[in-house]
Amino acid sequence: MRAVVTVIGKDNVGILHKVSGVCSDMGANVIEVTQSVLQDMFAMIMLVDITDMTEDFSQLADDMTKLGEKLGLSIHTMHEDVFNSMHNI
Amino acid sequence: MLNVYNILETIRMIQDECLDIRTITMGISLLDCIDTDIDRACEKVYGKIVSKAGNLVAVGQQIEKEYGIPIVNKRISVTPIAMLAAACPNENPVKFARTLQRAADTCGVNFIGGYSALVHKGFSPGDEALIRSIPEALDVTQNICSSVNIGSTKSGINMDAVKLMGQIVKETAERTADRDCIGAAKLVVFCNAVEDNPFMAGAFHGVGEPDCEIHVGVSGPGVVRSALSKYPDASINELADIIKKTAFKITRMGQLVGARASELLNVPFGIVDLSLAPTPAIGDSVAHILEEMGLEMCGTHGTTACLAMLNDAVKKGGVMASSTVGGLSGAFIPVSEDAGMIDAAVAGVLSLEKLEAMTAVCSVGLDMIVVPGEIAPETISAIIADEAAIGMVNTKTTAVRLIPAVGKKEGEMLEFGGLLGSGPVMPIKEKSAAKFINRGGRIPAPMHSLKN
Repeated sequence: MRAVVTVIGKDNVGILHKVSGVCSDMGANVIEVTQSVLQDMFAMIMLVDITDMTEDFSQLADDMTKLGEKLGLSIHTMHEDVFNSMHNI
Repeated sequence: MLNVYNILETIRMIQDECLDIRTITMGISLLDCIDTDIDRACEKVYGKIVSKAGNLVAVGQQIEKEYGIPIVNKRISVTPIAMLAAACPNENPVKFARTLQRAADTCGVNFIGGYSALVHKGFSPGDEALIRSIPEALDVTQNICSSVNIGSTKSGINMDAVKLMGQIVKETAERTADRDCIGAAKLVVFCNAVEDNPFMAGAFHGVGEPDCEIHVGVSGPGVVRSALSKYPDASINELADIIKKTAFKITRMGQLVGARASELLNVPFGIVDLSLAPTPAIGDSVAHILEEMGLEMCGTHGTTACLAMLNDAVKKGGVMASSTVGGLSGAFIPVSEDAGMIDAAVAGVLSLEKLEAMTAVCSVGLDMIVVPGEIAPETISAIIADEAAIGMVNTKTTAVRLIPAVGKKEGEMLEFGGLLGSGPVMPIKEKSAAKFINRGGRIPAPMHSLKN
């Protein structure tokens, strides 16, 4: 099972570190990261393996949302199935 | 294979374009709760609903988090209560309504639908008792919805029921006049009612359905409008293609949520209803989709054609995305719940007559329309009869949900707030149809050959 974490907002020091920190605290393995910075806007998409996670998926989603609020970023955590079912026949 | 563009598109749909799952609705059969002792029947009803749907809200919230998409409402639909009321003819059916309210409170759901009767060919004693109790039932409860089916293509229109419903709609509004006539907003009169509708106020669990199942209603007018806005110069058939693709994506989300809910609740998956259901929020309006297609304002000439195309394209895209499409499926046009429709009605561009024409080509019917409080019951009945005739002849579901605004006149506003929105009191014809309505009887079923 995999989750997709998207982070959008103003660039700042240590965003990747903090987001991946939440993942590692719960035993979620970061598989792939795509990131771009356009002027001062930061956009990152992170693919995370949640199979062996120590907490519930909802806990990960909650913690990411809280982190986003703290950093002034928009962070979404969604199950991979959402994208697969929506964009593939 | 995940693609950055697709991921961002999905997030934008949810965050900026109001994409949501409008409802997960659990349909529960109450046929095994029928009892000649109404108190015993009520206990069985309460017990069954709570045992089946006790987890519904928690599961809904879990899926919301898992998939990151809002599920706006968690609801329950039940077997038409008239069937239970028939077993205890000397009792007041409002006891069932209070029981449903108690179950709704315990389960924490937004609505329970099914305080209903199916009388398209005639009344049984339970049906008539239930219909006459609707004003009281909707007055003493908050989360119970009621519907009555008064006609069908196969059986014609029960004009005695049409006459009675005119009185019931008015009485319901009057009994809840202190609460913006909210009772009438929870009462729908149908022709060709469907048995697996997850949307309120018309949801009930048909007798042909299994013991318990999960339906999902998707929404997303904002997503469709936004998709169309990127192609200002596209031809109509190109627009139809864009709508189909968008409807496909929206419906896939519904399918995913429904399948997951069914798995978590261990209840069979019923249907996905792929209706575009507007809310009063800016950017969540069906009228604005029509305006995006090129109308200066919804309700002007060309509206019916635009809506027909939209409705058809939504179905074509949605059917491909789910193996079990059902319910009402199409575009809803509830006036008070749609920011664009409210504006058009206030401006006088969207009239009752145009809405009636629009209902011939889209989902449902004359929905959430505020009429003057002094409207005669026979006039309400006549509006119901007109709308039912469109449904009967065109083999489609039509419905009427009128709100007589007690104490208000044409042009004044009735404010409900929340998802129900607000609406201007719309003008109605002054000439009476009372003689026609008072004749009673039945409009025979239409023939289905020699179609012209």
